[in-house]
Amino acid sequence: MEKWSDNKAWFLVLPVVLLVAFNAVIPLMTVVNYSVQDIFDPAHRIFVGMEWYREMLHNSRLHDALVRQFIFSGLVLLIELPLGVFVALTMPRKSGWKTSTALVLIALPLLIPWNVIGTIWVIFLRPDIGLLGRFIDHTLGIHFDYPTVPMEAWISVMMMEVWHWTPLVVLLAYAGLRSIPDAYYQAASIDGASRWAVFFYIELPKMRGVLTIAILLRFMYSFLIYTEPFVLTGGGPGDSTTFLSIYLVKMAVGEFDVGRAGAFSIIYFLIVLAFCYVFYQVLLRAGTGEKQ
Amino acid sequence: MARITFDHIAHSYYPKPKGPHDYALKEIDTIWEDGGAYALLGPSGCGKTTLLNVISGLLKPSRGRVLYDDKDVTTLTPEQRNIAQVFQFPVLYDTMTVYDNLAFPLRNRGVNKTDIDQRVREVAEILDLSADLKRRAANLSADAKQKISLGRGLVRSDVAAVLFDEPLTVIDPHLKWHLRRKLKEIHDQLNLTLIYVTHDQVEALTFADKVIVMFEGEIVQIGTPEELVENPQHKFVGYFIGSPGMNFLPCTIEGHHARVEDVTIALAPEIAELGSRSSGELELGIRPMHLKVHATPVENAVPVTVKTVEDQGSFKILTAALNGYSVQARLREEQPVPTDKAWVQFPVERTKLFADQRLIA
Repeated sequence: MEKWSDNKAWFLVLPVVLLVAFNAVIPLMTVVNYSVQDIFDPAHRIFVGMEWYREMLHNSRLHDALVRQFIFSGLVLLIELPLGVFVALTMPRKSGWKTSTALVLIALPLLIPWNVIGTIWVIFLRPDIGLLGRFIDHTLGIHFDYPTVPMEAWISVMMMEVWHWTPLVVLLAYAGLRSIPDAYYQAASIDGASRWAVFFYIELPKMRGVLTIAILLRFMYSFLIYTEPFVLTGGGPGDSTTFLSIYLVKMAVGEFDVGRAGAFSIIYFLIVLAFCYVFYQVLLRAGTGEKQ
Repeated sequence: MARITFDHIAHSYYPKPKGPHDYALKEIDTIWEDGGAYALLGPSGCGKTTLLNVISGLLKPSRGRVLYDDKDVTTLTPEQRNIAQVFQFPVLYDTMTVYDNLAFPLRNRGVNKTDIDQRVREVAEILDLSADLKRRAANLSADAKQKISLGRGLVRSDVAAVLFDEPLTVIDPHLKWHLRRKLKEIHDQLNLTLIYVTHDQVEALTFADKVIVMFEGEIVQIGTPEELVENPQHKFVGYFIGSPGMNFLPCTIEGHHARVEDVTIALAPEIAELGSRSSGELELGIRPMHLKVHATPVENAVPVTVKTVEDQGSFKILTAALNGYSVQARLREEQPVPTDKAWVQFPVERTKLFADQRLIA
């Protein structure tokens, strides 16, 4: 190929380079910078190399938070996917004002700011004035005190998470269902297929693409969750609902331990990146279909 | 297998149809015999798919009854009616193998394993799918996928009828011809009632014993391919069937002749008689292949001005002006091609008369 004598065209990518630099590279490098030093104040700092990384990899509180995080993300997928698909299946297949209304109502939780969601649930679960809290405590007569009982804290966080994010799965699954041509249902009816067979052999395979996307999005968001449980439980009681990001913020902002927190951030980032890569590959394959 | 009776069927997609124009099917009242190969032919939007869905039970007609033999099936589901239907685009169960796809309609009806196996292999053999039986259906070509859909339609031997909704649209021309032959063979072998919807006249005429021509929600003619060509009952059949379609010239009757402006054309005496008594708008119709074209003046021929000559391979199509009306005629290959002026003869036995679009006979 012919070489260009004039390379000024490279300046055209300058805006992108600047944007990415200020948006991603420089903040990330700051964190890397923190993670390899022990900083007392801006004037007194010592280079410590990999020490913070070694320490964080052996930190049992971090291990516990990671396990909690996986359990949380796993439960999110186990509950939200089947529930979302089920709700999508009960929606009418034809469009009309009823369908549109239902979609808007279902999507409402997705439009609420995340810290407001936490606040809504704090009030909702209060045993004295909260609708659900008072119902459980007063009407059902079950003593409910999520700020002090770990199991109840988990149930509360899960309920909030399911309420907040299942609509996303519903929307995706519904879009998948809508794209199935009528002929498939007609053929199934002529072939004498049962409702279960229609779901298993037509609807589920046709929803595969959107459900893969739903799994990816739900896993990543739930793995990075911070705001809602922070507002609702603050990671407590004890450490029982302290997920990775909550622990990280406690360390960085609460204890101002920027060296450890920097190393932790980088490890967290690498875990997320690894999952992103795996999911991206899965998504590409789901897009092209299996080839033999 | 069953005889299908339509007892004053009409259908509208509107909940409250206001007039005839709101009806996709106007009034269908006819009987189709058991074991026939029928083709439903008509342009897009003429109601042929609607009629097919009424037969299969996917659609309940607004009025009238559908009977299989003597049983009223109007309110029954497709499954209860025991019919099979193949759609325009391949409908597959993606996650199943080809074998499971073909076996699916039988399994749902609790047929025993050995019978299923025998039947699936038989159908796969007919459709040349035997080599692919173990493959995942999703990975096959569009042709093969549509063959599987056809196979699912044919796999049940006890069906009342097999309905095809333009099933060969997605198939390439060569294979199309091949599959059409296959369907015809299957029909002859199994003696199933087959109903085939298409807008392609070649497909309809080669496939069916009886062709049902539909136009604007009505059946305009049911007949053998030959009847449709020789005696179109309706002007629409005349120009829809045949390539090019029938010539139509507005005319009046004078004695035993039709007059088109200042030209007179001889008619059969009894047709002229009937024509002179009918009140509607009269038109003379003749197939291009029946017009005799001469390059020199001959007796009883009408002079025309040649406009174009199109070579179609084994024959040529001549387009000419007759008193301002366009007339098309078919020239044989060896025939001399008239250049400027030509003279056409209208053979009396081939010249038809139409009143208000309907044939007078």
